[in-house]
Amino acid sequence: MRVTQGCFSFLPDLTDEQITAQVQYCLDRGWAVNIEFTDDPHPRNTYWDMWGLPMFDLRDAAGIMRELADCRRIYGDRYIRISGFDSTHGWESVRISFIVNRPKQEPGFRLDRQETVGRNLRYATKSYATGRPEGERYQP
Amino acid sequence: MMEAAAQLGSTDTVPVDAIDLRREFEDVEIAPVLAQLDRELVGLAPVKTRIREIASLLLVERIRQKMGLATTFPTLHMSFTGNPGTGKTTVALRMAGILHRLGFVRRGHVISVTRDDLVGQYIGHTAPKTKEVLKKAMGGVLFIDEAYYLYRPENERDYGQEAIEILLQIMEQQREDLVVILAGYGDRMEKFFQSNPGFRSRIGHHIDFPDYSGGELLTIAELMLEGQNYRFTPEARAAFERYIAVRRTQPLFSNARSIRNALDRIRLRQANRLVSRLDRVLTSAEVTSIEAADVLASRVFNRPEAVEMQP
Repeated sequence: MRVTQGCFSFLPDLTDEQITAQVQYCLDRGWAVNIEFTDDPHPRNTYWDMWGLPMFDLRDAAGIMRELADCRRIYGDRYIRISGFDSTHGWESVRISFIVNRPKQEPGFRLDRQETVGRNLRYATKSYATGRPEGERYQP
Repeated sequence: MMEAAAQLGSTDTVPVDAIDLRREFEDVEIAPVLAQLDRELVGLAPVKTRIREIASLLLVERIRQKMGLATTFPTLHMSFTGNPGTGKTTVALRMAGILHRLGFVRRGHVISVTRDDLVGQYIGHTAPKTKEVLKKAMGGVLFIDEAYYLYRPENERDYGQEAIEILLQIMEQQREDLVVILAGYGDRMEKFFQSNPGFRSRIGHHIDFPDYSGGELLTIAELMLEGQNYRFTPEARAAFERYIAVRRTQPLFSNARSIRNALDRIRLRQANRLVSRLDRVLTSAEVTSIEAADVLASRVFNRPEAVEMQP
């Protein structure tokens, strides 16, 4: 099951050229661009691991694309996303976030039902991938 | 091919066999760039020649693209060597603008760094620091002033070598994204290149900045004064010509920089002269003109060797 999080996630995966254009859009607006990765695709997993520090004061997307290439080389089997943080007064938040890399196989989620007092049901979503330890989840 | 032609706004079918060179020349707006360079930089013939060559190359590459021939991105990394005050930094800062207008770099900004910005203080500090700077310079020009300080042969545990290796790697791999300009005094750069042969071969343009002649220095002085709304009176001009001749023979002469400093001191003396007589009405001509006395009061003329040289 294809994970859809952030911008463009219902479109086909962006090509490197398209990613470059999006990153350049962020830089032209003075946003700090950040690369993050994770292998826990649960939708409530907000805090992904950071690939280095957020990149401030850059002018051209080439530097970020190089970092992305480095990140893919090491964590190519995980989810990688790029986000742009707008520090201007009144915004001070992430303005854009999109997935730029995903595992080859996305096994999807299981819905767990737990019966509790008074015939109530509690629901939980669990990724099939998280059954294995961190770092081995998307390896063949 | 089709796309390339469409981008360049050509209506001809591709590939074309013949191209109007003049129209092409006017299309890329090289002429104004070169004219501005000639106007604003005095002397520096080797530098101007090289920029003209690079500009011509751009033109030819565009034409080759239209004709469907193979095009390769040229190596644009440069090394500027020359004595103090010969305009290395000035040209490097201007080079970014020129390369941008010629379409060789995408953004045209300059990141000016020295050893301190690239080399870290402890193990593991250098690589992130150098990469950070390189990322900032992407799409523009990275200007490394006094590049020979990167390499310290006397300390074998120096982190400079690490910075050099990262730099070389990026210079090779991302030639389209970044132009690196190294600058420094001639003899020390020579030593630097000898101990880092990889650098020399990765730099496409080694440009030597010659010392300015007396006449060029005078032109520079007049340009500087013009920019500040001052001018020499004819006598002051003659006196300054003599000043340059004397100053050049003295130690620690650093070309245009010495001239700028001399002009700053001359302006001080001129201001002092004007303020010494308070009870009068000043005209703008008086405020803008520099008299011979302002120049001749310089300490340079009082040194023993200067006295001998006076006619």
